[in-house]
Amino acid sequence: MSKNIDVEDLNIYYGSFLAVEGVTMSIRAQSVTALIGPSGCGKSTFLRSINRMHEVIPGAWVEGRLALDGRDLYGPGVDPVNVRRQVGMVFQRPNPFPTMSIYDNVVAGMRLNNKKAKKEVLDELVERSLRGANLWNEVKDRLEKPGSGLSGGQQQRLCIARAIAVSPEVLLMDEPCSALDPISTLAIEDLINELKQDYTIVIVTHNMQQAARVSDYTGFFNIEGTGKPGKLVEMDDTRTIFSKPTQKATEDYVSGRFG
Amino acid sequence: MSAGTERGTEQRTDTDSALDVSLPSVDSPASELPGWAPWALLGFAAVVVGGGTLLLGRGIALAVAFTAVGYGLAMWGTSRVVEGPRRAADRLVTVVVTVAFLIAMAPLVSVVITVLANGIARFDAQFFTYSMRGVVGEGGGAYHAIIGTVIITALAGIMAIPVGLMTAVYLVEYGRGRLPRAITFFVDVMTGIPSIVAGLFAFALFALFAGPGIRMGLMGSVALSVLMIPVVVRSTEEMLKIVPNELREASYALGVPKWRTITKVVIPTAIAGIASGITLAIARVIGETAPLLIAVGITTGVNLNPFDSRMATLPVFSYYSYVAPGVPREPFIDRAWTAALVLIILVMVLNLVARLIARLFAPKTAGR
Repeated sequence: MSKNIDVEDLNIYYGSFLAVEGVTMSIRAQSVTALIGPSGCGKSTFLRSINRMHEVIPGAWVEGRLALDGRDLYGPGVDPVNVRRQVGMVFQRPNPFPTMSIYDNVVAGMRLNNKKAKKEVLDELVERSLRGANLWNEVKDRLEKPGSGLSGGQQQRLCIARAIAVSPEVLLMDEPCSALDPISTLAIEDLINELKQDYTIVIVTHNMQQAARVSDYTGFFNIEGTGKPGKLVEMDDTRTIFSKPTQKATEDYVSGRFG
Repeated sequence: MSAGTERGTEQRTDTDSALDVSLPSVDSPASELPGWAPWALLGFAAVVVGGGTLLLGRGIALAVAFTAVGYGLAMWGTSRVVEGPRRAADRLVTVVVTVAFLIAMAPLVSVVITVLANGIARFDAQFFTYSMRGVVGEGGGAYHAIIGTVIITALAGIMAIPVGLMTAVYLVEYGRGRLPRAITFFVDVMTGIPSIVAGLFAFALFALFAGPGIRMGLMGSVALSVLMIPVVVRSTEEMLKIVPNELREASYALGVPKWRTITKVVIPTAIAGIASGITLAIARVIGETAPLLIAVGITTGVNLNPFDSRMATLPVFSYYSYVAPGVPREPFIDRAWTAALVLIILVMVLNLVARLIARLFAPKTAGR
């Protein structure tokens, strides 16, 4: 189910402004890759370019190559809508659809795309997705209640369930725990560890301990100054990045000397 | 706490205990006016100032106005002496705000009471079941006018709501650059169009196709929809704008195309506000008189066909009953008042419906 992502010399622009410059990295299937770096260094922008979500902002475009198992996501004739069906995303703030019940939120990917399915199929999908997101036991008795009535951590897990319900190959997470308390954060981190069996996971985080805890590989982004493009400084095994990075900037950042 | 300094800082508030540490100059709480003091002062002002004005023969309106001014001054002066300047300013502003509220309420209450008192006489079954065909004096009703108002307003809604809704969706979801700004500008201009101009527009438009002098219900609907569209666009636009972008992104991230995101996520999230905005837009045009006077005219009988000849409507019915009554005059005047009463009730019901819709469709957050 999960796939490799290969990025070659990717530049990301907002209009004429170069936001991220020359990213080259390969993301392995069935692993967790963390992207760390100071605020504004372009790691979220890069993350959003993996499923072409950054195009939602008018004027945003990229050059370079970003391939999912060898298929260029920015090639001619590739529909961003199809890309997003394969590359799911979880956002910083939990955003369940407020008009929908917990059940409807999980099947939203199906319903909104007008896919018809039998009730039993949907029931099974809801249970599987909620179990996958470690939420089933907490909500199984109130699937018809609104999703916005859950706690923040539960809402975030509901969003993860919603994202995996459309069976994507890659799961992107944009600071998924930054709005959550430590216990909910722990629940999400445990979940990430389980999910990497089935998905390629890329997570942006400001929390270096979190990156060290959950990820197999870590990429460090940095920016030289305001107005300059963000760059991928270094990418390696998480252990290497946190113990003996090759770049001075990486060492300064992970040891807390700046950022 | 050191002894007395500024009197203005002597108020008791919830945060005082916390402030005590950092602000050693805070004194013990100042004396406060008792709860009955404002009322006593009001009574005093009414008797002395108001009574005095009345005794001088200046009339009740001036007496009330002078009482308000006298009360405000007395309240401020007393409070300044007893409670200090900050509290006095608070008291004074309270009086000013209350007076402003009462001034705003006065015409409303007056209209409702007058219309109720005059309109209740003919508020009977006959009024709702009879037209004016062949009626010269007593009796008769506004059945034809009520039906006409409902048909014409409904047609106006059918034309204006889709146009307004889609314009708002374009402005919020698709519009980039100069065109949406121009549209917003002209929508704002349209909001300020005098209703008679909308009536003349419809009249001129239909005169182009069917020759001058033509009148039909549809013309009125066109005029009303011209008035309705900017209201619908504006309220819908505001409602769509407050739908959080995160929901749109959540939908895109599930691989949902933009148009389906709008129809299935954005509009359902905002539907409560949109529906109540539309209802208020209907309430806004249902009482329009001038455009209907020009475009639809008036008739005495029931006309259910909005594509042929004149129709009666409640506002125009009320207007004509008043300016061109028959002999005897009184039954016509009574019917005019009752028509006005029915119109007010219709608008009130529409407002209540708008609130009900807002509550029914509102995204549910309960059930934690």
